[in-house]
Amino acid sequence: MPKEFRLILKNADKPGYTPDIDCYMANGGYEALKKSIALKAKETDDGKTKTPQEQIRDEVMSSGLRGRGGAGFSCGLKWSFVDRRSGKPIYMICNADESEPGTFKDRQIIHKDPHQLVEGMIISAFANDVHLAYIYIRGEFPEGARILNKALDEAREKGFLGKDVLGTGYDLEIHVHRGAGAYICGEETGLIESLEGKRAYPRIKPPYFPAVLGLYMCPTIVNNVETLCAVGHIMNMGGSEYAKLGTPRNTGTRIVSLSGMVKKPGYYEIEVGKATIGELIFDDAFGGGLLEGRTLKAIIPGGSSAKVLKAGEKFQMKRPNKDGELESVEVDLLDLPYDFDSLMAAGTMSGSSAIIVMDDSVDIVEALANVSAFYAHESCGQCTPCREGSLWMSKALNRMTSGKGRKEDADYLTHIATNIQGRTICAFGEACSWPVLSFVKKFKDEFEARGAADEAAQLESNQKGAVNSAN
Amino acid sequence: MSLNIPQKLESEIEELITHYPEKRSASMMLLHALQEHFGYVSKESIEWIAKKLELKPINVHELVTFYPMFRQEPAGKYVVKVCRTLSCALGGSGKLHKHVCSKLGLDAENHGLQTSEDGKFSVEFVECLASCGTAPVIMCNNEFHEGVSQEKADTIINQCP
Repeated sequence: MPKEFRLILKNADKPGYTPDIDCYMANGGYEALKKSIALKAKETDDGKTKTPQEQIRDEVMSSGLRGRGGAGFSCGLKWSFVDRRSGKPIYMICNADESEPGTFKDRQIIHKDPHQLVEGMIISAFANDVHLAYIYIRGEFPEGARILNKALDEAREKGFLGKDVLGTGYDLEIHVHRGAGAYICGEETGLIESLEGKRAYPRIKPPYFPAVLGLYMCPTIVNNVETLCAVGHIMNMGGSEYAKLGTPRNTGTRIVSLSGMVKKPGYYEIEVGKATIGELIFDDAFGGGLLEGRTLKAIIPGGSSAKVLKAGEKFQMKRPNKDGELESVEVDLLDLPYDFDSLMAAGTMSGSSAIIVMDDSVDIVEALANVSAFYAHESCGQCTPCREGSLWMSKALNRMTSGKGRKEDADYLTHIATNIQGRTICAFGEACSWPVLSFVKKFKDEFEARGAADEAAQLESNQKGAVNSAN
Repeated sequence: MSLNIPQKLESEIEELITHYPEKRSASMMLLHALQEHFGYVSKESIEWIAKKLELKPINVHELVTFYPMFRQEPAGKYVVKVCRTLSCALGGSGKLHKHVCSKLGLDAENHGLQTSEDGKFSVEFVECLASCGTAPVIMCNNEFHEGVSQEKADTIINQCP
């Protein structure tokens, strides 16, 4: 039976568990930090010396941890790209912008167990020789910002933060920085611009890879809330033990945000890949099934920018057979393991691990119109294809949902989306065009039928008008 | 025209500025602080921040026009933000928004933030508030409310002193 595996959320919903430091410490909090910071330089077999910082980075690398924000990039690898020889300060930013529609996992951590983030962040900062770090929290979380500020004060009081952390001579300061309602701040270079006090216009890569030219043109690490929390657990249990959770290449646990038309929407922490999409929707341990009398129509599997999957869709995937050889098998949407690689193989992504479920009562044109309105509102406006295109798509869809659709609108939408993706500075171009491309492709009959019906209705009313004016 | 900024707020602002190696970084936090105090960001606030951070007013003004949470006009005493994005929409946020608007004598078709005649409430249809599992959700000033039925919205609004 599939079930939740709570590592990061293990305490969050316990009765009586509070966000203050005493409660966190009574439940084993800050032990991972004490352990990490007490590490001694170690001789390796080949006669080299590994610093404590390198040892922590090794653990994170061997844990296989992949970023929980959206891209699923190896955290250890990301850290390995940091330019440590530039002589410039290295900064760390926790991305707590949680702006991808469908996602509400970081909210739980920040509100219910903020010290877990603070601890993970201190360890990560220590491991990367960071002395100044920021938590960039979305403006819509004023309470979250207050809770984090309180947590940081408590950590300072206990000597976990500030000058001379736990008497080791290591200095670290962490500040909370509030965003102000712009989705694009979730994109790491946009976030950096925003933290510099500018409009959040993403930077072009190359050359502006944050690991080399980030905040104030200094090497910068940007990690998601959940990723940084995982670092604490990795140091507690060891990288190789952490890597035993989940599935190969998709290690550890992940908090899935389940929303839309299921009986029990909510956040569920699973071992990555140990539950299928079908189980997450239908099993009593998770979503508990669809509403009475409804059938599944589609799901958005990784936040609203992920390509939609249609009920009944089949995918060709490589699976090891009983002799261990890879063979191609057909897998139904509901049997897809919920992990980074399976979703990618299905032509979409697990993104920020947010599943939005839509049943047969959903008007698919309306749903896409809603998503496209979001992206049209949130385009930063820097690149022409995205600034103009996202709005054109939204306007066309708005027309379709207000009785003025045309049969060719389906192709028109695809045409615009095709001309945005790959032609912008940041991945927002893909974020706004992927929903359009996938919705229209997979539900083309509905889009065309809507357009045709509108055209027929308009023709009829025009003819009536003509008859009336002739009379 | 000069702004009347209480000593306590000014020292909080001074402290915020120390969080950053470059003063310009503090501009968003200062905008939040002044918007919270005055209810909106006035031209004078922009100029005050610019001076404080050794910037040109345009450097601050361009943030106010970019980030949706900053407003250049006063709003009602209570700002009700109804989430309109997909999961909330599937959960009925369109109807909820209409209900809240009509309760306060506002036209749900109007774009952007609008304020009731008595100036007590402003309503805004906003993008994702990141609580999609408890749709539909609203914020009333800094208070967050989940699973908001029309009745619950009425209670929230009626309880605003």
